[in-house]
Amino acid sequence: MNFKLKDLGPQLITVIVVVLIFGFFTYNAQINMENRGIDFGYGFLSQESSFDVQFSLIEYDGSHSYFRAYLVGLLNTILVSVIGIIIATILGVIVGVARLSPNYLINKFAAYYVEFFRNIPLLLQIFFWYFAALRALPLPQDAEAIFGVFFLTIKGLYVPAFIWENFNIFFYSIVAAIIAIVVIRIHAKKLQESQGKQLPVFFISIGLIFILPLLSFLVGGVNLSFEIPKLKQLAATSYVYDGGLSLPPELIALTLSLSLYTATFIAECVRAGIQGVGKGQKEAAASIGLTPNQVLKLVIMPQALRIIIPPTTNQYLNLTKNSSLAAAIAYPDLVLVFAGTALMQTGKAIEIVSITMFTYLSLSISISILMNWYNKRIAIQEK
Amino acid sequence: MKKINFLKPDKTNLNTFLYLGSFLFFISILDVFLNSFLRVNLIGFLPNFLSFFMPLILGFIGLYFIRIEYSGIKQLDLINKHINTNNFNAILSLLIIFVVIKSIPPILSWFVIDASFAGDSKDVCSGSGACWTYIKVWIRRFMYGMYPNAEQWRINLSFIALALLGSVGYFASDRFKKYLTLYYVIIYPFIAFLFIFFFISGGPVFFDFSYGIIAAILSIIIGFFIPNKFKFYYFLIVPFALYISLKYFLFFEEYIELGKLEGLNWVETGAWGGLSLTFIISFFCLIFCFPIGMAFALGRRSSFPLIRYISIGFIEFWRGVPLITVLFMSAVMFPMFLPADFFIDKLVRCIIAISLFEAAYVAEVIRGGLQALPRGQYEAAKSLGMGYWKMHIFVILPQALKLVIPGIANTFLALVKDTPLIFVVGLLEIVGMLNLAKTNPEWLGFAMEGYVFAAIIFWIICYAMSKYSYNLEQKYKTDR
Repeated sequence: MNFKLKDLGPQLITVIVVVLIFGFFTYNAQINMENRGIDFGYGFLSQESSFDVQFSLIEYDGSHSYFRAYLVGLLNTILVSVIGIIIATILGVIVGVARLSPNYLINKFAAYYVEFFRNIPLLLQIFFWYFAALRALPLPQDAEAIFGVFFLTIKGLYVPAFIWENFNIFFYSIVAAIIAIVVIRIHAKKLQESQGKQLPVFFISIGLIFILPLLSFLVGGVNLSFEIPKLKQLAATSYVYDGGLSLPPELIALTLSLSLYTATFIAECVRAGIQGVGKGQKEAAASIGLTPNQVLKLVIMPQALRIIIPPTTNQYLNLTKNSSLAAAIAYPDLVLVFAGTALMQTGKAIEIVSITMFTYLSLSISISILMNWYNKRIAIQEK
Repeated sequence: MKKINFLKPDKTNLNTFLYLGSFLFFISILDVFLNSFLRVNLIGFLPNFLSFFMPLILGFIGLYFIRIEYSGIKQLDLINKHINTNNFNAILSLLIIFVVIKSIPPILSWFVIDASFAGDSKDVCSGSGACWTYIKVWIRRFMYGMYPNAEQWRINLSFIALALLGSVGYFASDRFKKYLTLYYVIIYPFIAFLFIFFFISGGPVFFDFSYGIIAAILSIIIGFFIPNKFKFYYFLIVPFALYISLKYFLFFEEYIELGKLEGLNWVETGAWGGLSLTFIISFFCLIFCFPIGMAFALGRRSSFPLIRYISIGFIEFWRGVPLITVLFMSAVMFPMFLPADFFIDKLVRCIIAISLFEAAYVAEVIRGGLQALPRGQYEAAKSLGMGYWKMHIFVILPQALKLVIPGIANTFLALVKDTPLIFVVGLLEIVGMLNLAKTNPEWLGFAMEGYVFAAIIFWIICYAMSKYSYNLEQKYKTDR
């Protein structure tokens, strides 16, 4: 062991300073809480919350506990993050590829999009969509149907609800399709490596993912019907849509601005990734007779992904953290429900803020662990 | 005459294809143009569905006809190369041209033609365009927040003075170049602090200002007698120590009757706001987060495990939580951690919170630069007999910081864009002021104008910053 006494000094001083600062804080917190008559503890989580939340994925009302309110907020945060990540990824990849297009107009269009949306604060964009753009939408009674079933109104987007029969069979069929695709992929890879044959994996996968669920409809007794929202008059001038699924305007504004904003950053990551693959790679691949599609699939993409994934993970993390801006437009996410309303009611500042921060911390860390694992899997195995 | 095969444009019938293609392309553009600017529909006689897609079809055929390789006409080849390489690209190009043409008239009319600029009440805004009168009436609030109108010259003066002092480096001659780092790292922030504290905050702080001046002059005079070796540490510590000791131990006011001199009116930080607050917060956070971040970046690469783990913990904690919860913490949780009689101003708490938060990001960026340096640099510095600090200050950090200019600029941009979040603690910078103005019963319904105005301002600031960082990057680029 390479232990040196002289190394101990700086470390000891740092630790003592840190301990002193934390000690000072805890000491003061104890005294302050004593003075104000607050007791520290997480027991309040099981108490009745007695406040209502506008939009929740699970059943919730005032009679449920604070812990349930926490879950409602957490699920809403996850909902916004997942939708945002999906849209932002699709948009970001399209824009990133468009940035590299030889077409001058497309290239410039993508460049202006990136320059425009990423230089405006996200909060301002959320406010813009929520308070200015979505407020210009028609009232429920004036709304025109899009494709006859969607209704975009000032009170939100109404979409048909799915009513499933035997949903579990349908679900299993999708799981079975995914497993079959994975098996076929592995098999195809082995086949290519051993015999050089290529299976049309893409078409087989597409076929599988459509045919198996379709079979479940025909054979498994799965049935799907739609419940189309209908206009209902509440009072003389007050209308709402009844039935179907309603997405509140807060959710729409938030996902829209989060994905438009984050897509610009993802686009830059994608562009940097594709540019980062040397030109020689492409030319070498073409010179050994690969078709352009094969060049993209077998040579460019595997290398580009290695450059793209780490910064994109960071953007996913940012999007998740930025979803906390929901509090500004009263979308009931974790911050608004828990660190806002619940904190007001209970006054348990330290407990609630620490739980909130810990939740975000674990969300971030779990995403980054997942992405690190994936990153490690596709990284170059250097000897 | 040769046979013309319309399915395969080629060079033999160049002129026919060229005229026909250009004509069709021109017709399609003209149709969209007339449609959007003059509301005339050229092909309105066609069925609805067909007339909607007609320009696209015509334009597509036109572009198909003029897609002739090696035509020998320079302009045509240029067009083909840039917007017309294949069918898919041709359609996309057409769509983009149409979207641009379609969106110009409504945007132009909303921004300029139908907009109202004159007057100073809501009544002039009846048109369909933007109501810039609203911005005109509220501009002082958007710029200065609730800061009293009569005192706003103080903010202007401070900003102008700070901008001038900040640009000193640009004009400095070579003789003084070596002192610039010292100036920007220590003296300039100190002067900025004095200005903001004395001028913008005001109040009976005349003495603070004079203490500051006395401390600065004294420390500079003594500084001449300090050996070069310690000069850096000296200027790092002594001016502040002098200032604080003067302020808290000397009790100047009690000895000198000048205490009756009131100075400027005191404006509490709660009244600060608008764009000036954005600048103040960004400025201070920028100054504070950089050294803190640098310290933690070095700490994370330290060979002492305890220091390394503490740095990792610090960085990962701040990077894992959203800024809004950090501000919540500074608002509701932080006062609990301080002694009961110890009060820290809301704005100061905000600045501390944002600085710590951004410092973690700066630390990661700088760590990237440190890691990118080849080992040889460290070894060369060590072989010259440099110690840890000397090696980092003179060899490692200058190179590492050069490498990470874009990353640091991005972090600072993020910082500027994050400032609107301070609405959480009740401070209203420009976006907060907009939301306040929007709810004023006299001026309901102008949310759009406000947000567009703020968006333009932020866009200009951020775009200028990113361009500046790009210039810096080019300027300090050294080939390896």
